[in-house]
Amino acid sequence: MNRAALTHPVDGRFGAFGGQYVPETLMSALHELEDMWHEAKADPQFQLELAGHRRAFIGRPTPIYAATRLSEQFGGTHIHFKREDLCHTGAHKLNNAVGQALLAIRMGKRRIIAETGAGQHGVATATVCARFGLDCTVYMGTEDMRRQSMNVRRMKLLGAEVVEVKSGSKTLKDATTEAIRDWVTNVRTTHYIIGSVVGPHPYPEMVRDLQRVIGDEAREQYLSLDGKLPDVVVACVGGGSNAIGIFTAFIDDRDVALVGVEAAGKGIRTGQHAASLVGGRPGVLHGSYTYVLQDGDGQILPTHSISAGLDYPGVGPEHAFLRDIERVEYVGVTDQEALAAFKLLTAMPSRNWPISISSATRNEIRSCRVVAMAGSSLFSPRTRGFAVTSRGPL
Amino acid sequence: MVAERLRLEKALRADGDLKLVAYMMAGHPNRKRSIEVGKRLAGSGIAALEVGIPHSDPLADGPVIQRAGQAALANGMTVEGALEVAKAVATEGVPVVLMTYINPVLQHDPRKFAAESAQAGVAGVIVPDLPIEEAEPVAGWLRAASLDTIFMVAPTTPPDRMATICSHSSGFVYCVTVTGITGVRKELPEGMSDLFAEVKKHTPLPVAAGFGISRQEHMKALRGKLDAAVVGSAIVDEIERGGDGVALVRELLKACR
Ligand SMILES: Cc1ncc(COP(=O)(O)O)c(C=O)c1O
Repeated sequence: MNRAALTHPVDGRFGAFGGQYVPETLMSALHELEDMWHEAKADPQFQLELAGHRRAFIGRPTPIYAATRLSEQFGGTHIHFKREDLCHTGAHKLNNAVGQALLAIRMGKRRIIAETGAGQHGVATATVCARFGLDCTVYMGTEDMRRQSMNVRRMKLLGAEVVEVKSGSKTLKDATTEAIRDWVTNVRTTHYIIGSVVGPHPYPEMVRDLQRVIGDEAREQYLSLDGKLPDVVVACVGGGSNAIGIFTAFIDDRDVALVGVEAAGKGIRTGQHAASLVGGRPGVLHGSYTYVLQDGDGQILPTHSISAGLDYPGVGPEHAFLRDIERVEYVGVTDQEALAAFKLLTAMPSRNWPISISSATRNEIRSCRVVAMAGSSLFSPRTRGFAVTSRGPL
Repeated sequence: MVAERLRLEKALRADGDLKLVAYMMAGHPNRKRSIEVGKRLAGSGIAALEVGIPHSDPLADGPVIQRAGQAALANGMTVEGALEVAKAVATEGVPVVLMTYINPVLQHDPRKFAAESAQAGVAGVIVPDLPIEEAEPVAGWLRAASLDTIFMVAPTTPPDRMATICSHSSGFVYCVTVTGITGVRKELPEGMSDLFAEVKKHTPLPVAAGFGISRQEHMKALRGKLDAAVVGSAIVDEIERGGDGVALVRELLKACR
């Protein structure tokens, strides 16, 4: 495995994946963004400021939580959850939004646009814009506005303009397309805070850099808890930002298995799913060469997932690379399985977990070779290397 | 049919006038009608015809062309079908330029796409989400099939980059007039003339302006500053309403001489 290619995309690519398939109008903005990000990343003042916001505004570090009762159900396992749901606004999305907002301010751009599916990224972006006094416009599909109406209200309360996207499948893909069109038009004044490790270079790298705090914390926390590393780290993959966030710290730990869980909807065979890595082929979507759900003519297919946050026909190009070099195993979990896990988790610690979290957990429970993950969670068999293939029906 | 070299370059070079390039979407509103419309447009006095191959997620297009693409896809238009439309229209003798996005080309197989386009009598190809950095190997296949590769410069393109883009282009250079997506605009941006002058400095090829152009006043403002104007959304809008865009083209041509 080429370690350098993992951390530093070469010419904007992770192996064959990534790139910048965008209209010429955006190219100079992407070059500027890349330069500014590398400059900011190396600037101790910027890092200090970011660290301050992580502590006081986001509420980091988020705890790692031992799910003891859940673990008992699956004897021989130690399940831990990395509690990204305890971030301010309820998801890991804020890690990215805060960093990019600071960068936008550094670039002198006061207008922010974003796309959102579940509404979590929209809420996170609206929140940082309220915090820093930036103008905020969020694109959201009609279908997502319906199923996530609570988050639409939150965004509006936070002062954001929510633009309904009625084209195509009226979900995250179409909202992203619309946001890119806005950016093409207003690129001189506007920064686009993309919500996941997708889009043209340097977004996948930049969002990864901002989300890797999840895994950096989790690795240290787990080590001090258990004195060793977990066996498996599991994360759900929509665009893949929470997953990359937790995986990155463990990439070099060859004994730690990494599992990405995609939304298999009604089943991969039905075609009604959102599992790009499991059920797609390489192609270009939203500026990046990656695994895409598409027909033979390269038209992007409609997706389905019960989880609005995972309902996307593409995936970050770094995941495409990690899949092809077999460093991460990607699997699909159906709506039904996710709902069953959701119910199980809700009954246990009497807490409502977003469905995208239980999607990930469900798989690990089914196969029992996984260490856990929630928004990101870690789970570990009691004996290292111990793997149970089946625990029977839940 | 083998593409005749320099066809586009000759057709688009201004000769005291402004050349007009019309855009239509293959399969819009349906396959049969789009061939009819294409043939009529080809006979309306235009210098070249751009034929769009529909894509589900057209990042560079505004609502009118996006809707046309969705309608064409809903009516079963494919890359193969669009190449057939292009072939039927190309028999009229006006150079045909294909405009589509990179993913349909990649999935069709760029080599096959290049060979089939040349066979259909197509003169050149524009792929708006394929900047020069990502152009190879696709552009190489197009060139190998004697197709012109038309790249775009934008108002946000720095001068040194403009030179590189021009050097990658053949047939003509496409100059995007506005920072934005396709779609009819009332007024073209100020500062446009400086942009054209800058592009002209970097290339001996004809330069065509596109995006937002729809009125006689626009033609008058462009004439003498560059070689050609591309009219897209305004024509597609007429086609959507059941027309063929020919009356509009004739009207605009009056202001081109
Ligand atoms: C809680 C949560 N998890 C996961 C996702 C999926 O995004 P990603 O794969 O980028 O982490 C979302 C998206 O909205 C989310 O809100």
